[in-house]
Amino acid sequence: MEWETVIGLEIHVQLSTQSKIFSGSSTRFGAEPNTQASLVDLAMPGALPVFNAEALHKAVAFGLAIDAEIGKRSVFDRKNYFYPDLPKGYQITQMDHPIVGKGQVEIVLDDGSTRTIGVTRAHLEEDAGKSLHEEFEGQSGIDLNRAGTPLLEIVSEPDIRTAKEAVAYLRKIHSIITYIGISDGNMAEGSMRCDANVSVRPKGQQELGTRTEIKNINSFRFVEKAINHEVQRHIDVIEDGGSIVQETRLYDADKNETRSMRSKEFANDYRYFPEPDLLPVIIDHDYIERVAEALPELPAAKVKRFMADYGLSEYDANVLSASRAMADFYEAVVKTSGDAKIAANWCMGELTAYLNREEIEVSASPISADHLGQLIQRILDNTLSNKIAKQVFEAMTQGEGEPDAIIEARGLKQVTDSSAIEAMIDDVIAANPKQVEDYRSGKDKLFGFFVGQVMKASKGQASPAQVNDILLQKLKG
Amino acid sequence: MSLDRSQVENVAQLARIQIKEDEMADTLASLSNIMSLVDQLQAVDTEGVEPLANPLDAQALLRADEVTESNHRDDYQLIAPQAEKGLYLVPKVIE
Amino acid sequence: MLDKTIKQLSEGLAAGEFSSEELTRSYLKAIEAKNPEINAFITVTSEQALAQAKAADAKLHEKQAGPLTGIPIAHKDIFCTQGVRTSCGSRMLDNFIAPYESTVTHRLAEAGTVMLGKTNLDEFAMGSSTESSFYGPTRNPWQLDTVPGGSSGGSAAAVAAGMAAAATGTDTGGSIRQPAAFCGLTGLKPTYGRVSRWGMIAYGSSLDSGGPLSRTAEDAAIMLNAIAGHDPKDATSMDRPVDDYTSRLNEPLKGLRIGLPKEYFGEGLDSGIADVVHQAVAELKQLGAVVKEISLPRTELSIPAYYIIAPAEASTNLSRYDGVRYGHRCDDPADLEDLYKRTRAEGFGAEVKRRILVGTYALSAGYYDAYYRKAQQLRRLIKEDFQSAFDQVDVILGPTTPSVAWKVGEKDNDPVSMYLEDIYTLSVNLAGLPGLSVPCGLSQGLPVGLQLIGNYFDESLLLNIGHQYQQVSDWHQRRPA
Repeated sequence: MEWETVIGLEIHVQLSTQSKIFSGSSTRFGAEPNTQASLVDLAMPGALPVFNAEALHKAVAFGLAIDAEIGKRSVFDRKNYFYPDLPKGYQITQMDHPIVGKGQVEIVLDDGSTRTIGVTRAHLEEDAGKSLHEEFEGQSGIDLNRAGTPLLEIVSEPDIRTAKEAVAYLRKIHSIITYIGISDGNMAEGSMRCDANVSVRPKGQQELGTRTEIKNINSFRFVEKAINHEVQRHIDVIEDGGSIVQETRLYDADKNETRSMRSKEFANDYRYFPEPDLLPVIIDHDYIERVAEALPELPAAKVKRFMADYGLSEYDANVLSASRAMADFYEAVVKTSGDAKIAANWCMGELTAYLNREEIEVSASPISADHLGQLIQRILDNTLSNKIAKQVFEAMTQGEGEPDAIIEARGLKQVTDSSAIEAMIDDVIAANPKQVEDYRSGKDKLFGFFVGQVMKASKGQASPAQVNDILLQKLKG
Repeated sequence: MSLDRSQVENVAQLARIQIKEDEMADTLASLSNIMSLVDQLQAVDTEGVEPLANPLDAQALLRADEVTESNHRDDYQLIAPQAEKGLYLVPKVIE
Repeated sequence: MLDKTIKQLSEGLAAGEFSSEELTRSYLKAIEAKNPEINAFITVTSEQALAQAKAADAKLHEKQAGPLTGIPIAHKDIFCTQGVRTSCGSRMLDNFIAPYESTVTHRLAEAGTVMLGKTNLDEFAMGSSTESSFYGPTRNPWQLDTVPGGSSGGSAAAVAAGMAAAATGTDTGGSIRQPAAFCGLTGLKPTYGRVSRWGMIAYGSSLDSGGPLSRTAEDAAIMLNAIAGHDPKDATSMDRPVDDYTSRLNEPLKGLRIGLPKEYFGEGLDSGIADVVHQAVAELKQLGAVVKEISLPRTELSIPAYYIIAPAEASTNLSRYDGVRYGHRCDDPADLEDLYKRTRAEGFGAEVKRRILVGTYALSAGYYDAYYRKAQQLRRLIKEDFQSAFDQVDVILGPTTPSVAWKVGEKDNDPVSMYLEDIYTLSVNLAGLPGLSVPCGLSQGLPVGLQLIGNYFDESLLLNIGHQYQQVSDWHQRRPA
C-alpha cells in the first residue's frame, strides 16, 4: 500500500530578551546553577509575575513577519501540573487567546518548487528549569536558571508531508526568527527546540491516522532522522496488523530510534484557567504599527533588493540572503570594497568554503567584513593579484591581522614598476637562449614558459598583465 | 451533588494530596456538602455573559526588559529542605 | 496608654510624653501577659521591635517623624517579613524564614512603625474563625470562649486586647471586615489593586486585598496612606493617584445618599444586629444623610460563586508547596510522587486540603464550564448589580455579619455553615470594591460591625463616613472587660 505522511511541528523558540518573561533575572546561558533564579523564578510564597515588554514586542514582530493576525486582547493562562523543574506547579502560557493567530510561511524544496505551510498560532509562555540526573545517587538536582526564559511556541498546521519538508519548514522559521532578531536560534543551547506530531494514512484517505508526538528534537539533522524513523515505525506497525497508540515519544539520537515516555503516560488534566496574577494584554493599532516600522527587511524583500541594487543573479541573491548574518556581512563587504560583484564572489567562494571547512557560522568568522572589503580593494587597485589575495586571505584566517599589514609584513605587494619587470624579463631571456631561439622560430606555446619564469622570479608579485605586454615586445626581438 | 470515591481519588491525584483510607469517608462527605452548596450556581442563567477574571477589568502594565536581579542563591537555599552544589535535590526524576 | 489610637499615640510621642521604646516595652509586656490565653501572636519579634523603636525615637528627636513613626503594630503572618518566620498559620511554612519583605510591611517600616510580631490566622487565610491555624485557635478578647473571626483573627484580637496599636490584615472574602466586627474594631478592605500583593502569600489572587485593622477610621486612613499605591512588582496593582485619605475625614455628610440593600436585612440576620444597625442608620440620618432601600439581587449567589473561584485559584496558588525549595518536606520520600503526596498531606490542614480539592475539581476537565466559568460569569453579574446601585447611591450600608462571634469549636464539623456566615462580605471581594467595617453596638454582649461599601477607589468617602459616625458614637471606644 502507498502511505501518506502527515506532520505538524511545534517549535519552541527562546526569545533573546535580557531578562526573563516574568522576572528581572538574567537569561544568560551557562551560568552556575540557580544563580539566575529570583524569588519569582523560585515561586517563593507571595512572589508575583510581571510581563516583560520586550517579549511582547518580539512575539508581535514574529506575527507580522509571517503575515499573521495579532491578538488584540491576549490572555495568559495557568497550565497546572507537578514537576520538579516547574516551581509554581503551573506553567504560565496562553490557551484561548494567543498573541499570534493564523499565519503562513513559504518553503523552498530541493527541486526549487515551493509550498505554503500554515501556522495555526504562536503563543508566549515560560520555559521550565532543568533536572540533572548524573551527579547524585538516587536523586536529581534541579537548576532553575532557565525557568522563566521567554518562549514563543509556534504551532504549524498538519500541512507537512515529508521529513525533508519538515526540515525546510524548520529552517525557514529559523531564518525568520534570526532575521528579525527575536532569537539567536542556537539549537545546541536549546534556543530552538522542536516537537513533531506524526501520523500516516493510506494515500487518498481523508481521515487522519493516529498520531504520536516526538519530543525535544534538537538539531535539523535529527528532525529528518527522527521523523523518518517514526514514519517507518508507524507503517511497520500498521502493516503488521497492529495499531498506533497516541502517545509522546522521545527521540534517542544515539540509537536513532524513538521510545515511549512512560512516565508521562497517565492522563494529565492541565486545568487551564486565566492567570489571575496577570491582566489581559491589550494591543492597539499604533503598537502594531510601531513594531512593523522597527521590523528589519525580510528575506524575500532582501533578495529583490540585492538583484536590483547589486546586479546579482537570483541564485546569488538567494544564497547571500539565506541568513541575516551573511546578508549583513555581504553588505558590509560591498560598502568597504565598493564592488558588489567581486564581494559576492568572495563571500560565496573563499569565505563560505572556509566557514564550511571550519564548521563555523559567519557571525564567528575571524575575518571581519571590513577586512575582507579592504582585501578586495587591494585587488581593485592592483596591489594584489587574485592569487596573492587568496594567500592574504589565508593569513587573515590565521589571525595575522588586517590585509595591509599582512601585505607589508610578507612583502606581497604586486610589482607594477615596469623597469623592475623589464629587468626580470631581461634576466629570464638571457638565461634561456635556447628557448628564445625556439620561440622566435615559431614555437608560440613557449610564451607560457616565459611568463611562468618571470612570475617565479617575482615570487608571483609581478602584475601578470604587465608581464604579458612587456614579454611579448621583448621576445619579438 | 455528591461525589463518588473515584472522583475524589482523581482530584487528590491531580492535587498530589495523599488521602488515607480512614480519612476518605469524611473527605467524601464534606466535599459532597460543599459541592451541594456551590451547585446553586447551576440554576442561574448566565447565557451570553462574559466571565469576569479581574474585578477591575483592567489591562496589563508591562515591565521594561532589564536585569534587576542579582545572585542570592546562598540566601535562598538556606531554607531549602535539601540542596547541594547549588542544586535543589529531589528523588530521582524518571523520564 | 495601650488603649490609645494611633493619632493619640503619635501626638504623645511628638510631645515627648513617652518614647517609642517605652511604648513598645509596654506592648511587649501586654503581649507577654495576655497572649498565652488569647493566642493572637504566632511570633513576637521583641528585639527587632526595640531596635525599630530606638530608631524611631531618634527620628522623633530630630523632628523628622511622620504620623506612624514609633507606632507599634502587628502584622498578619501572611506578609513576608525578611529574616522572620512567615508561617501563614500552616505546618507547611512552620520553618519558613522569609528571604524577602512584602511591600505592605516594607512601606509601614519605612513610615516608621515598629513591628511587634506576626499574628495568627486561619491556615493560608482560609476560614472565618482563626481556628484552622496550625498554631491553635485565637480567642476573642471580648469573650474568651468565642472566636475572634477570621482569617485575620490574630490581628483583630491583638488590637482589641491592647497588644498592638493597629495591625495589618488581608481580606479575600471578609477576612479584615468580619474579625474587625467580631472584635469591635475598624477594618478596611481597600479596592482590589489599591494595595500591593507583593510578598502577601496568595489565597485567591483575584480577590485578595491587604488593609488595616485599627481602633478608628482615622487610624485606618493613616495606615492606608502608608500602604496604598502602585507597586511595579504587582501587575494587578493599579497605577493611579493615591488620595491623602485623612484629608476628607471631616467633611459633613449632608446630602450623602446611603443605600440599604434589602437582601442584607432579610432572613438569617440576628435581630440584635439588625437593631443596632438601624440605630446607626438613624444617627447617620441625623448627620444629614439620605437613606433609601436598594436591591443587590444576587447576594445569596455570591456564596457559591466565591466558594468556586477562591478555592479554584487557591488550588493552583498552593501547588508551589511541594517540599522542594522551602517549607515542609516529608521524611524519606520513596519517589517523587511520594514526596509530593505526603509532603502536602502532612503540611496542609483539613480545611486547606478541602479547598484545594474543591478548587481542583472545579477546574478539572468536564467541570470547568459548569463551575469555574459559570462562577466568573456570575461574578460579572454581581459587579453589575453594584454598578447599578452606585447609579442611585453614594455608599451601601448594612451589617458586616449576620451573627456575632460564635463559640470556639461550634462549627468544627460543618464547614458549610461557616461559609454561610460570609454572606454580606463575599460579594464585595467578587466585585473588587472597597468595604469598611466600624463598630456600631453590642448584641449578646459582643461587638457588632456596620459595613460600608463604596464605589471603586472611594476609600476616602468610606473613611469620611466612618470618622463622622465615630464623632457621634462611642462604640469604637468600648473595650473588652
